[in-house]
Amino acid sequence: MMELIFALAVGILTASGVWLLLRPRTFQVIIGLSLLSYAVNLFIFGMGRLRIDAPPVLENVEALDPALYADPLPQALVLTAIVIGFAMTALFLVVLLASRGLTGTDHVDGREDIR
Amino acid sequence: MNAVIDHLIIVPIVLPLVCGAVMLLLDERRRTIKGGIGIAATISLLIVSVILLRQADMMPSGSGVRSYPLGNWPAPFGIVLVLDRLSALMLVLTSVLAIAALLYSLARWHRAGPRFHTIFQLQLMGLNGAFLTGDLFNLFVFFEVLLAASYGLVLHGDGTTRVRAGLAYIALNLTGSFLFLIGASLAYGVTGTLNMADLARRVPALSPDDAALFAAAAAVLGTAFLMKAGAWPLNFWLPTTYAAASAPAAALFAIMSKLGVYVILRLWTLVFGHEAGALAGFGGNGLLIVGMLTMAFGTIGVLASQSLSRLAGCSVLVSSGTLIAAIGTGSGAVLGPALFYLASSTLGIAALFLLIELMERLRDPGADVLAVTMEAYGEPEDEDEPAGEVGVAIPAAVALIGGSFTACALLLAGLPPLSGFIGKFGMMAAILKTDGAAIQASTWMLIGLLTVSGLATVIAMSRTGITSFWARMDDSVPRVRIIEMAPVVCLLLLCLGLTIGGGPALRYMEAATQSLRTPQDYMSGVLPAQGAAAEIGRTTP
Repeated sequence: MMELIFALAVGILTASGVWLLLRPRTFQVIIGLSLLSYAVNLFIFGMGRLRIDAPPVLENVEALDPALYADPLPQALVLTAIVIGFAMTALFLVVLLASRGLTGTDHVDGREDIR
Repeated sequence: MNAVIDHLIIVPIVLPLVCGAVMLLLDERRRTIKGGIGIAATISLLIVSVILLRQADMMPSGSGVRSYPLGNWPAPFGIVLVLDRLSALMLVLTSVLAIAALLYSLARWHRAGPRFHTIFQLQLMGLNGAFLTGDLFNLFVFFEVLLAASYGLVLHGDGTTRVRAGLAYIALNLTGSFLFLIGASLAYGVTGTLNMADLARRVPALSPDDAALFAAAAAVLGTAFLMKAGAWPLNFWLPTTYAAASAPAAALFAIMSKLGVYVILRLWTLVFGHEAGALAGFGGNGLLIVGMLTMAFGTIGVLASQSLSRLAGCSVLVSSGTLIAAIGTGSGAVLGPALFYLASSTLGIAALFLLIELMERLRDPGADVLAVTMEAYGEPEDEDEPAGEVGVAIPAAVALIGGSFTACALLLAGLPPLSGFIGKFGMMAAILKTDGAAIQASTWMLIGLLTVSGLATVIAMSRTGITSFWARMDDSVPRVRIIEMAPVVCLLLLCLGLTIGGGPALRYMEAATQSLRTPQDYMSGVLPAQGAAAEIGRTTP
């Protein structure tokens, strides 16, 4: 059940993210990128296998049974990915605003469609 | 070997980082100091990379790999840097381009926007790190470092064109990074490791179900790298972005698109080599087809380009496509000449990007009123004579620019006597050598494309050359500074050097591909012996 909900969440986030990414307004693109990054972060997390009530940090070095612990590596990877994704989104936001200021439109091509 | 030499491998990453950080502390107006630090840093980078190259070259062919555990954690658990002939070659190329681009930018581009020098150094750090790392996630981090810096460099100089191109470039590369993350984490989920050598060791032992998942991970990762290399159909951003970027930035980007090619070459030969069991050679045909399509697209683009900078952008595509197709043929003998072609085309394209701006000045001398001029070029006597008469001496600057342009055209088209010819000829000779077996249709197509792309480059570049150099000149002589012309000439002279020293250079490339073809060397060079690894696994908390 947990796996199903998790997979659905990743799928829905990805689908919405991709759809928004393909939209013509820069704001939609950045929201799409954010949703995609959430989906990817969840995906990385899931790659460490979903576990409940299992600490990732080893406490008792003497009796070491890896099966009792969650995989700490994907959690570290997610942390890195979140930080990098955050910085990139902020940078993209700046470029987006610069583009809005320079071209006077929020269309991704820098000009409105000719209808 | 003494201790200092052993730690030299970390220098290409740490040195640009430290220099970039120091430059942040300096006021924006002190550009001379920043430029001095930058030049000193890039020259030391070149020295270090040449030393590393010599070290890599002196390693015996059976163990051509040296690993450097960061934080002294043993290989599958900690992150390692790996030096072999291929990564050393890429380091040298990077630092050569860096010196040329930086020197060129000192003429005026570094004044066009804030923090140019810092961003430039961080870009170098990302590139060097990506070439050296032996860990998949660490590769992602260095990719992000260099991409973040490249966003800054694309936008350097500001202006609507750059921001518009930068917007698409950033959005695309962010998406590419997500693909990278998905692929890397899927690969981790299947194999339980992120170390490239460990990955290669575990792939043959995968169960069929896991192997399918791993193939999916490799395909997603490959898509991300192909996108960065500029493979069709994910390359529409490349000519626009490279054309919009300032000249020194674009010259440095010439190596950035080769990074995608490098990663594919490294991972593909390592993970899907002959020993990979069921997955051996996975996706080779795909690479071949994508590479050929990219070549075709680039060729059409070269012919259709209206402006010179787009033409140069499309030549990047042709060069990437050629390399991807060469990797995709899966024949080890092609890789040596392909590496030679990589080196020569990277230098040639970078020189062309730098040259383009000087040529634009030739077309419209008024654009250069702001530039500080030097009288070293352009003899004053010429200005007394009316232009357009028969027998008027061509001003030295125009002659130099024209000569360099011709050299670039020869390099990119792969015509003798410059090094592009050796690379292309070597590749053709290698794919035609099938040891008696019938030559496949795809091989003929690849040879045809190699020839046609060269022909198209010649046509397009001679067309541009005629309109630029044989057009009626106004009385004014283009104003070019020595530090703008010198990098271009030096890059082209290096290509000439590659031609003259073709034998030793090709021998080096062959040795580099030899170690690529034997992934066992890489694995044993990076990972401790099996028993020792188990020992560490037990004792490490």
